[in-house]
Amino acid sequence: MKTTIPRIPDHLITPEPVYRARRQLMGLGLASPLLALAGCAGAEDAGLPAPAATAAAGAGGTSPPAEELTRFEDATSYNNFYEFGTGKTDPARYAGTLEPAPWSVVVGGEAEVTGTFPLEDLLAITPVQDRTYRLRCVEGWSMVIPWQGLPLGKVLERFKPNSRAKFVAFTTLADPRQMPGLRYPSINWPYREGLRMDEAMHPLTLLATGMYGKPLPNQNGAPLRLVVPWKYGFKSIKSIIRIDFTQDMPPTSWNQLQPEEYGFYSNVNPDVDHPRWSQRTERRIAGTASKLFAERIPTLPFNGYGDQVASLYAGMDLRQWY
Amino acid sequence: MVLAPGGIDWRWVGLKALAHALALLPLAGLVRGVVEDSLGADPVAALTHATGEWALRLLLLGLALTPLRRFTGQAWPIRFRRLVGLYAFFYACLHLAVFLVLDLGGYWTQIFEDIVKRPYITVGFAAWLLLVPLALTSTRGWIKRLGRRWAQLHRAVYAVGVLAVLHFLWLVKSDLREPLVYAAILAVLLGLRLWWRLRRPGAQAPARGA
Repeated sequence: MKTTIPRIPDHLITPEPVYRARRQLMGLGLASPLLALAGCAGAEDAGLPAPAATAAAGAGGTSPPAEELTRFEDATSYNNFYEFGTGKTDPARYAGTLEPAPWSVVVGGEAEVTGTFPLEDLLAITPVQDRTYRLRCVEGWSMVIPWQGLPLGKVLERFKPNSRAKFVAFTTLADPRQMPGLRYPSINWPYREGLRMDEAMHPLTLLATGMYGKPLPNQNGAPLRLVVPWKYGFKSIKSIIRIDFTQDMPPTSWNQLQPEEYGFYSNVNPDVDHPRWSQRTERRIAGTASKLFAERIPTLPFNGYGDQVASLYAGMDLRQWY
Repeated sequence: MVLAPGGIDWRWVGLKALAHALALLPLAGLVRGVVEDSLGADPVAALTHATGEWALRLLLLGLALTPLRRFTGQAWPIRFRRLVGLYAFFYACLHLAVFLVLDLGGYWTQIFEDIVKRPYITVGFAAWLLLVPLALTSTRGWIKRLGRRWAQLHRAVYAVGVLAVLHFLWLVKSDLREPLVYAAILAVLLGLRLWWRLRRPGAQAPARGA
């Protein structure tokens, strides 16, 4: 069976300021700001140097941000990173032992270029971009986080995956010396995740190296993590040490643990309930106001990125391939 | 510590006041957390978990009082049983209220779907529901009115314990350690009762204090 590796057309790679401005335009024009690609909260301080932005900036200067950013302290103190414990505050408390430098990533499998690469070499492949994305946890809460990172597709292209490469598998570091949570088998360590090739190559998929303009904090997956904004948060694997191009769908950690609850795709989908949680709505953790009466908002298909990614799943029954 | 006829046993009053204060301490801590905004990134989840855990802890404490009386031969543990049980119900009510009002908010009707579809909510809600008649019949008047049936009715608290632990076990994603600790404590407390019952068939349970 022949497989073509989708390439990212140049027109899909939008320079950061332009895409920000476009978001602002969308925010102005659409009834629901949630349909916008990314939160607009960061647009005000972005400088907006691109000429395309001028009109939008002029018109939208006084309008409030469509989606408030999550505070840095909230996004870095409320994490699921079981390598440092299963409590939400464990990672912030215990991830200090993680050593994000020096760091290297093993690239293997169905590709022409394989081997062990120092992090610096990976970072040199393509310039870092800003991406503000919604993050929807399968547990029913969500955040809006400004990431910095490399489009994963740009990085993967460099390794020249061959025609047998249909999936990409990712592995998190599993070092008991650095990660106290490994003592308890809450996960079949190491943590593993995977994407279909076209998902991995999609321009929204980010290999994040920073957030809020700072290097990734340890508890958020330093020094290198995935951000796949249209999928539940656990797909966005942290502290990656291995990337493998594979022919078959790779095993993924939560799916191995509870196949009925977590599928390989795990696209955000309000119509497919997790057996233990409704996925119809979510509680947004964002802004500086009291979160005691945090707004519960409807969850959108593909976390609101349907315009960009729904075509990847054309013809698939998303109830079956949850 | 028996109430002296015609007089007030101030030691007893003091102990009761202390028990009330202790039982309200977790709530005070949570109120303080809310006021100081120190409950973390998701205070609603923090409140839900804390109120649920305190309901369970007090429930288990209540279930520990009868064994405590048997082991110590003292009657005083039983005199706290209603107080502890009612506080367990109080925290269970807070737990449900936080879930309905703060967590679900405008989508509170989702609870009906949750009760039907999600086993951990089904058993959690059942546990709360079973506590309602126990709390309502905890007064002296009802104890008198129901007579022997009061004791039978209040054995439902064993089922509440099982449902509450199941509720906790089924809601965690993969780390079962914490709910298993509660399950183990409950198993001991219920196991003791079973053991006593099997050891002395036909033996009358000691008279129950109010």
